[in-house]
Amino acid sequence: MEENIRDGRPIISIIKKLRRFKKDFKRMNAPEGLFERCNGCGDLVPKNKIGERFYTCPECDYHFNISSGDRMNMLLDEYKVINRTYKFINPIDFPGYKAKYKENRKKSGLREGILTVEGYLNGIKLVAVALDNRFFMGSMGSYIGEEITRAFEYAGKRDLPILIFSTSGGARMQEGIFSLMQMAKTSIAVERYGETKNLYISCMTNPTTGGVTASFASLGDIMLAEPGALIGFAGARVIKETIKGELPEDFQRAEFLKEKGFLDEIVHRKDMKEYIYKLLKLHGYRSCKG
Amino acid sequence: MIKELEEMLKELEEKKQNQEAFKIKRKQIIEEYKSKLTPYHRVQLARHEKRPKAKDFIENIVSEPMFFHGDKLFSDDRSIVGGVGYLGHVPITFIGTNKGKTLEENVEYNFGMPKPEGYRKALRLMKQAEKFNRPIITFIDTPGAYPGIDAEERGQGEAIAINILEMSRLEVPIISVFTGEGGSGGALALSVANKIIMMENSIFSILSPEGFATILWKDGTLYEKATEVMKLTAKDLYDYKIADRVIEEDISFSMKGFQENFARLKEEIIKELESLRKKSPARLVKERQNKYRKIGGGY
Repeated sequence: MEENIRDGRPIISIIKKLRRFKKDFKRMNAPEGLFERCNGCGDLVPKNKIGERFYTCPECDYHFNISSGDRMNMLLDEYKVINRTYKFINPIDFPGYKAKYKENRKKSGLREGILTVEGYLNGIKLVAVALDNRFFMGSMGSYIGEEITRAFEYAGKRDLPILIFSTSGGARMQEGIFSLMQMAKTSIAVERYGETKNLYISCMTNPTTGGVTASFASLGDIMLAEPGALIGFAGARVIKETIKGELPEDFQRAEFLKEKGFLDEIVHRKDMKEYIYKLLKLHGYRSCKG
Repeated sequence: MIKELEEMLKELEEKKQNQEAFKIKRKQIIEEYKSKLTPYHRVQLARHEKRPKAKDFIENIVSEPMFFHGDKLFSDDRSIVGGVGYLGHVPITFIGTNKGKTLEENVEYNFGMPKPEGYRKALRLMKQAEKFNRPIITFIDTPGAYPGIDAEERGQGEAIAINILEMSRLEVPIISVFTGEGGSGGALALSVANKIIMMENSIFSILSPEGFATILWKDGTLYEKATEVMKLTAKDLYDYKIADRVIEEDISFSMKGFQENFARLKEEIIKELESLRKKSPARLVKERQNKYRKIGGGY
């Protein structure tokens, strides 16, 4: 279904690519003295060093949040965006949602909190999806639910593996019950995709919570996470209020989840591409190039 | 206002006038109040301590109920009641999220908030139903999944996700009845159904109004304001085509006063079940999955 592919406006996308390249170039070549505070160890670390290490801290391996675009650039040889046209819908006529939406667009430079692409990882064709928490904290409303569902349908129809990097504050409150229903819709999309016997790799990144944890993100054939990622269903504050006590130190961290038996593996960002490549190869997906 | 209505109905019941006059007067009072109910009042009714709980619904609708226990993995979650019985002459499996009417009962049932073992218990019973080709009826009355350390340790998110996925492909009819409060993923995890029936004064929402206000406005005390914008009443859900039927309610704060509501609900479930049982397993699954596929798809 070629009309699924949003390939219009080539000039704009070239300009955007150039801009991104320029931005990346600047960042990579930032003079010493341009530092960033690491949320992990609290050290000031040179930005260019972080960039060289796939946006992880050279001191403590803290994984910085990265954009959905950076995620794709890091993992894939090449890709095309398959998100459909963006449209603002206010399903429960929530007061102030539109203004808040516009504000999020302006602040993040994104049109929504999800990027869906078809691309190649070491030559293996796949569908890759990344949520982006700069937009509404990556919360899942109807648009994201629909895009996730379409990504599974797209991959299923073409017998492609699918890779999802989630990061989300949960369901998007402003869309009320429609957000909740996206949990059902996306989980059913996983079920239907599963019928095609193709591989779904889910990688949870910092933070993945609420309705996203309780739906498609927990349903991967292979469950991965980045080191230190916060992963859970209920928010830490709510739990604290409920139990009226303190929480264990590594509570809801990837390492905690692995110990409790809910993750197959925790993979460092620098090893992610190779790790996924090995998985794809083992499941019989072959490079279509060379 | 709900308190006022409760007092009036109580007074009326105590007067012990003749049955006809009582019924007419009661109808009058209820109608008068109904026209004034705001979503906030509906939430109060849905959560009212004297409102029949899921177990009461089960015992008044299912005949010869037998209650089963445990997820056969970890423990028996008391907030989930489930088992087998008859609806009319048809053997069915029932599942309910149960609240208590007193503090002691509520502690026992964890205020109707299941932990992962509760969702896994429900799933075990639903798979058993599928094996023996029994329709499944779920009765929802829960603030949501329990937010606690132990629940997170045992994979609350995973348990809910798995239930949603598995329910979507069960090859038997599934009907979900919202009897009171339907909160969040905890309610969704037991309501992926062919038909959703809501009692007139039940609610179904993305989160509790308190939680909603806390997240959006950083102030949980604004929950009344939250109920005005959340669109969580049975009528809202029906208008959004998420609920398939709404059962008209005589507002009541006693089991006796609720009998007609039970009867209306039972009749509706039997009717729905009759048409669902004529469908092939494949069609049941397809229709159920397609129903959710369409929600929020206008892009």
